[in-house]
Amino acid sequence: MDSLGSIIMYFIVALSMIIFSVMAVTTRKILRAATYLLFTLFAAAVVYFMLDYEFLGAVQIAVYAGGIVVLFVFAILLTSHPGDNAPRLTSHSRTIGVIGAIAMLLVTGYALITRAAFFLPKPEMEAPDMQTVGATLLGSGHAQYLLPFEAVSVLLLACIIGGVVVARKR
Amino acid sequence: MAITIPILILAIPLFMFFFLGLFGMKMSHKLAGTLGTLGMGSVLVLSYFTAFQYFFSGLDIFVNEAGDRLQYLVFDQTWLQFTEKLVIKLGFLLDPISAMMLVVITTISFMVHLYSMGYMRDHHGVFEHGFQRFYAFLSLFSFSMLGLVVAPNIFQMYIFWELVGASSYLLIGFYYKKPSAVSASKKAFIVTRFADLGFLIGILTLSWYTGTFNFTELTSVPVEGLAGVTQVNIGTAESIRNIFATSAAPTFMGASVLTWALVLIFMGGMGKSAMMPLHIWLPDAMEGPTPVSALIHAATMVVAGVYLVARLFPLYLMEDSAMIIITVVGALTAFYAAMVACVQVDIKRVLAFSTISQIAFMMVSLGVARPEYHEGLGYMASMFHLFTHAMFKALLFLGAGALIHAIGSNDYTAMHGLRKSMPITHITFLIGCLAIAGIIPFSGFFSKDEILSSCGQYDILVYLWMSLVAGLTAFYMFRLYYLIFWWKEHVTPEGHHAPHDQPWTMTLPLVILAAISCVAGFIPFGNLVTWNGEPYDFMAHFDWSVASISLLVAICGIALATVMYRKENELPAKMRRALPALWTWCYHRFYWDELYQFITHKIIFGLISKPLAWFDRHIIDGTMDSFATLTNKASEAIKPLQSGQIQMYVFYYLIGALLLGGITILCLI
Amino acid sequence: MEITAVYYLIPALIMFCCGVYGFITRKNMIAMLVSLELMLNAVDINFVVFNRFLFPEQMEGMFFALFAIAIAAAETALAIAIIINIFRAAKNIDVRSLNEMKF
Repeated sequence: MDSLGSIIMYFIVALSMIIFSVMAVTTRKILRAATYLLFTLFAAAVVYFMLDYEFLGAVQIAVYAGGIVVLFVFAILLTSHPGDNAPRLTSHSRTIGVIGAIAMLLVTGYALITRAAFFLPKPEMEAPDMQTVGATLLGSGHAQYLLPFEAVSVLLLACIIGGVVVARKR
Repeated sequence: MAITIPILILAIPLFMFFFLGLFGMKMSHKLAGTLGTLGMGSVLVLSYFTAFQYFFSGLDIFVNEAGDRLQYLVFDQTWLQFTEKLVIKLGFLLDPISAMMLVVITTISFMVHLYSMGYMRDHHGVFEHGFQRFYAFLSLFSFSMLGLVVAPNIFQMYIFWELVGASSYLLIGFYYKKPSAVSASKKAFIVTRFADLGFLIGILTLSWYTGTFNFTELTSVPVEGLAGVTQVNIGTAESIRNIFATSAAPTFMGASVLTWALVLIFMGGMGKSAMMPLHIWLPDAMEGPTPVSALIHAATMVVAGVYLVARLFPLYLMEDSAMIIITVVGALTAFYAAMVACVQVDIKRVLAFSTISQIAFMMVSLGVARPEYHEGLGYMASMFHLFTHAMFKALLFLGAGALIHAIGSNDYTAMHGLRKSMPITHITFLIGCLAIAGIIPFSGFFSKDEILSSCGQYDILVYLWMSLVAGLTAFYMFRLYYLIFWWKEHVTPEGHHAPHDQPWTMTLPLVILAAISCVAGFIPFGNLVTWNGEPYDFMAHFDWSVASISLLVAICGIALATVMYRKENELPAKMRRALPALWTWCYHRFYWDELYQFITHKIIFGLISKPLAWFDRHIIDGTMDSFATLTNKASEAIKPLQSGQIQMYVFYYLIGALLLGGITILCLI
Repeated sequence: MEITAVYYLIPALIMFCCGVYGFITRKNMIAMLVSLELMLNAVDINFVVFNRFLFPEQMEGMFFALFAIAIAAAETALAIAIIINIFRAAKNIDVRSLNEMKF
C-alpha cells in the first residue's frame, strides 16, 4: 500500500510523461519538440527516483537533459530558422504512423495486462548506495561491469573522433 | 601413267589459290598476275600432255585392241569413311570426256588468266583494286572445275560442284561495293543451291539403292587384267535398272525411283547449266568481270550440267521419260533464250542468253541421243558442241570485254561503227559470230550440224524446232555484230579516249581462240569422244542434206540481220511497232524474274513466311515476352517497397514484428 | 491503491508508441532523432521497472539502462554530426527529399 503522496506523485509523473511525449511528436515546431522531449526525460528521471535508483536518475538528468537535449538544440538552431513550422503531415503518412503506433499499443498492451506478474506489489529493496554501484561498475567478478564500462569508454572515444571527422568543414 | 601429273593438275591451282590468297597482298599486282598465269600455263601444259597421252599414246590402259577408249582410274584415295560401305573417295578418272574437259578448261582458263592481265586495269594501266584476290579466285575456280570433271564418283563431283558454285559466287560478287553485283552473286548462289538440293537428293536416292557412288560401277565393267581400267557398258546400266525394277524398290507418284533419282540429278544440272526455269541467275551473273563471264558463265561451269548428264548417260538411256524431260527442257530453253537474245541491249546479256540457248542445244542433243541412231551421235555431238562452244563463246565474251573496256559501257548504243577503230577485235568477233551461227567451215557449223542431224533422226518436230532456234541464233548474233561494228559511224563522246585495240595480253587470247574456232570443226571428234568409247567415222554420219538446210537457215538469219541492222534505218523500229507485245515480252525476258519475284515475295514470303514470322513474333516471342513483362510488372509493383525511405522500412518491420509477437502471445495463452 | 509494475509500464508503452508514430511520420531528421530518444527512454524505463519489481536484489536492469544512456548519447552525437554534414551538402534535412542516390 503506497502513501497518498506517492500516488499523487505517480499520477503527475505518468500524466506528464504521456502528455509531453505525445506533444513532442505532434508539435510542428521542432524547437518545441526538443523542449517537450526534455520534459519527458525529466519525467523518466523522476520515475527512476521513485523506483529507488537515484544514481540512474541523476545520470538521466545529467546526460540526457544536460547533454543530449543541448546537442539537439544546437543542431536545430544550426539547421533551421527559428519559428519555422514543419509542413503539415499528409494523411498517408499520418495513417501509417497511427496504424503503427496503435498496433504496437494493442499488441504490447494486451501482452502487459494478461501477465499477472505485473500486478505484484513492489518488493522491498535497499536503494543501492554509490559504493555498491561503483564496485559493480568497476568490478571484474560475476555480475560486474568493468568490461562493458571499458567498451563504452572506447565507443565514446570513437564517437568523439567520428563526430569531429564527419562534421569537420572540408 | 605416272600419278604425279594428275596430282599436279589439281594441286597447282589449289596451291596458287592459297598462295595468292594469303600472300597476294604482299606482292605487286603484276607479280601476282604473272604467277597466276604461269601456274595456269603449267597446268595447261600438263593437261595437254595428259590428254595427248590419253587419246594418242595407244597404251592398253587407254584403248583396247578394238580401238575402244577405256576409263582409267589414275588414283582413288579414301577421304571419308563413314561405315564399311559408305566411303567417300577422292580420285582422278581419265576417260574421253574428262580428258576433253581438261583441255577445254585449261585452255579457256589460261586465256582468261592472260586476258585479265590487260582487262583488270584502267586506261592508264593502273590495276584494279583486289587484282590479286581476283587471281586467287580464278585459281580456286580452276581447281574446282578440274576436280569436278575428273571426279570418279558422284560425291566428289558434288563436292567440287559446290566449290565451283562458291567460286562463281565469289567472282560474280567481285565488285562487292556494287549492290547489283552483290545481289547477282547471291541470286546465282541461291538458285543453284536450290537446284543442288535436288541433285543431292538424287545422289542419295541413287546410291542408296545401288550401294555405290562410283561412276565406273554405275556405267562400266572392269577390263580383265588391268587394275583401275573399266569400259562403258550398257549391261551395267541395265543391271542397275533391274535393281530398281524389283519389287523391293518402291515407286513414287507413278514413276520408278530410278527415274526420280535421274530427274533430280538432272535438276542439279538444270541449275548449273541455267535451263529453264532455273536460268534466271545467269543473265544477272554478267555483273561479274567479263573474263569471269567468259570462263565460268560461258565456257566451263555452266556446261557442268551437260557434263553431268553425259557422265551418267548410260543410266539416262535406261529411263526414256528422263530423256524426254531433258529434251523438252532443252528445246524450250533454247527457243526462249534465243527469242530473248534478239532484243536485249546489253551486249553481255545477249551473250548470256545465247549461252543459255547453246547449252540447251547440248542438252537436247543428249536427250535425243540413242545408241540405235548413228551409234549415239547425239552424245558425241553434244560433247563436240560443248568443246567448240567453249572456244567461240569465250572468244565472243573476251571480245565483248575488249569492247566494254574500250568504250566503258555494256550498252551497244554506246558502240556502233567500231570496225575501223578496233580491227583485231572486229575480225575475231566476226569469226566468233560466224562460228556460233554455224557457217562452214567454222567450228560451230560442224557441231551444230551433228546436233541437228541427231535431232532429225529422233523426231522431225525436234529437228524443225532446233533449226528454227539455229536460225534465230544466227540472227541475234549478227544483229549484235552489226549494231556494234556497223549501224552508223562511231562518235566518241567528248572527254573520252578514242576506242582502239587493247594491249597484246587481251588481243592474243582473242586471236588464239579465233584460230581454234576456225579449225576446231575439223577435229575428228567421233574418233575421240563417244558415249561408250567405241570410235566411228564421223564423216560417215555427216548428212549433207541436213547440213545444207542448216547452212541455209543460218544464212537466212544472217541475211535478215544484215538487212535490218547493217545501216541505220527505220526497219527495227517498225518491226518493234508491228509486234509490240512480243517485243515487250522478249525484252522483259518473258517476265520470268517478275514471276520469281511474285512467287518468292508474294506467295512464299507473303503467304507462308509472314504468317510464320507473325506466329514466331507474336505467339512464341510473345509468350517469352509476356514472362518478361510479367516479371517486369511484378518488380515494378513491388518496387515502391524498396523506396529507400527508412521510415517505411521501420513501418514494415514493425508490422511484421507485431504480427509475430501477436501470434506468439496468442499461442502462449 | 498499490502501484504495481504495470502502472509504470503503460506510460512507458505509450511513450514508446509516440516514438514509433513520430519516427514514421516526421520528415525532419532531428525530429526523427527526438522520436528515437523517446523510444530509447521507454525501453530504459522497462528495464528499470522489471529490475525493480521482479529481481530487486540484482542490478542488471539498472546497469543496462545506464549503458543504454551512454550509447544513446554517443549515437545522438554522431547522428547530429551526420545531419549537420548533410545539411551542409544539401541545404536540407528532409529525409524524403534526400533521394538523389536512390535508383
